[in-house]
Amino acid sequence: MIAARLSLLALLVGWAFAALADVAVPPLTGRVVDQTGTLSTSDIASLTRTLSDLETRKGSQVAVLLVPTTAPETIEQYSIRVAEAWKIGRKRVDDGALLVIAKDDHKLRIEVGYGLEGALNDVTARRIIDEIIIPRFKTGDFAGGVSAGVDRIVGVIEGEPLPAPAAKPQLDFGLSDLLDRFNPVFIFIVVLVGGGLLRGLFGRLMGSVATGGLIGLIAWFAVGSLVVSVIAGLIAAVFTMISDGISTAGPAGGGGWSSGSSGGSWSGGGSSGGSFSGGGGSFGGGGASGSW
Amino acid sequence: MRKFWTVLATLATLSLTNCGYNAIQSNDEQVKSSWSEVLNQYQRRADLVPNLVNSVKGFAQQEKDVLLGVTNARAKVGSIQATPDVINDPGAFAKFQAAQGELSSALSRLLVVTENYPQLKSDALFRDLMAQLEGTENRITVARNRYIKAVQDYNVQIRSFPTNLTAMAFGYKEKPNFSVDNEKEISTAPKVDFNQSPAAPAK
Repeated sequence: MIAARLSLLALLVGWAFAALADVAVPPLTGRVVDQTGTLSTSDIASLTRTLSDLETRKGSQVAVLLVPTTAPETIEQYSIRVAEAWKIGRKRVDDGALLVIAKDDHKLRIEVGYGLEGALNDVTARRIIDEIIIPRFKTGDFAGGVSAGVDRIVGVIEGEPLPAPAAKPQLDFGLSDLLDRFNPVFIFIVVLVGGGLLRGLFGRLMGSVATGGLIGLIAWFAVGSLVVSVIAGLIAAVFTMISDGISTAGPAGGGGWSSGSSGGSWSGGGSSGGSFSGGGGSFGGGGASGSW
Repeated sequence: MRKFWTVLATLATLSLTNCGYNAIQSNDEQVKSSWSEVLNQYQRRADLVPNLVNSVKGFAQQEKDVLLGVTNARAKVGSIQATPDVINDPGAFAKFQAAQGELSSALSRLLVVTENYPQLKSDALFRDLMAQLEGTENRITVARNRYIKAVQDYNVQIRSFPTNLTAMAFGYKEKPNFSVDNEKEISTAPKVDFNQSPAAPAK
């Protein structure tokens, strides 16, 4: 009996350890994410200012992350995971860089996006770590090390010719995007406009059947599943059949919908004010690591 | 008649979208591009090796065996034709992996040896090369991980119903994936022996 209990306990402990797996990627709350409480509010504010200035001037995004530990992963494994999740740097330009510091592990890493590997290459990243950051970290001056390192990274990026930053945060929400995906907004517009039109042409029953067929076809192309497309078609047919006054207000209503949704929630490269989001840059494991 | 063919062509296209043919295409292309990235990074490492050997040679002339091992492994890697087609041939894939694994272990032996030369370790050129090598090794790891993921997606799709029928009809086969190079070494516990004197590091 005791043996059985013990083995159960062992099993539970084993599960607990399995559940402890990897350190979660923290949410991107700002350009500087400090989970260790090392940096003061004013440090974070001045770092954030430096980094957002860089983005308005050059367009590239740099973020700083301080975590207590990355165990059981190595800092390289952890930082590429963070980089893949945060997607800092502009899309296609891939000009993001990430400074990850694991305070209790005494390890740090500069993760460099594809587009910056030329300027901020492995050797440069290593030198920034070895010659600028680590000497300060060794004396316990974390804020000074981080800000000196960030200044140097910014300085290196300044020297790199990059595409000019977009004047405004770009809205990558074009028509092609709508057509590309199985977008509910797009389907809705088609139902509204096309349904009204077809109903005017063929009468209520035939018009709604035609709309249903059309929507079903579009859904089939987009999703590739017969069941989903049949359901979509049925919904569209019923909607067209029961919706009365919409046919006249159709086009205007459709326009209002599309602009409304594109204005609000789709932010491309977050740049202004407090909120910060990655622009879709990708990383390939470039950069350097160090320990103190 | 013409109309009939148009309708037939449309239906054929539709059935292709539905049976996973297009998805297989896109996954196949994903595997290929991630494989190219793997090759790219391995090539980067192979390009670094001659410089590294030269910089070590200046300080550690007596480590001839180790240096020769690296050079030979590098030559072997270079002799294998690493074309993108390797992923369709499990035999060639295994050979490629074995050659790269050999270079990896030769390089790690070299790095162990360099620990004994403080002068070398403080040499600026050597340090820069080491930074590049470390970065490249990390890029290889990332590229390999992404390849593994891409192959996993592809293989799962090829083997699950109903796309497996499409894959069979068009002759899409499973792609080989990376395995651990030193499976045997890992599965046997390392021996710790305090009685013997440690192996002489440098002759």
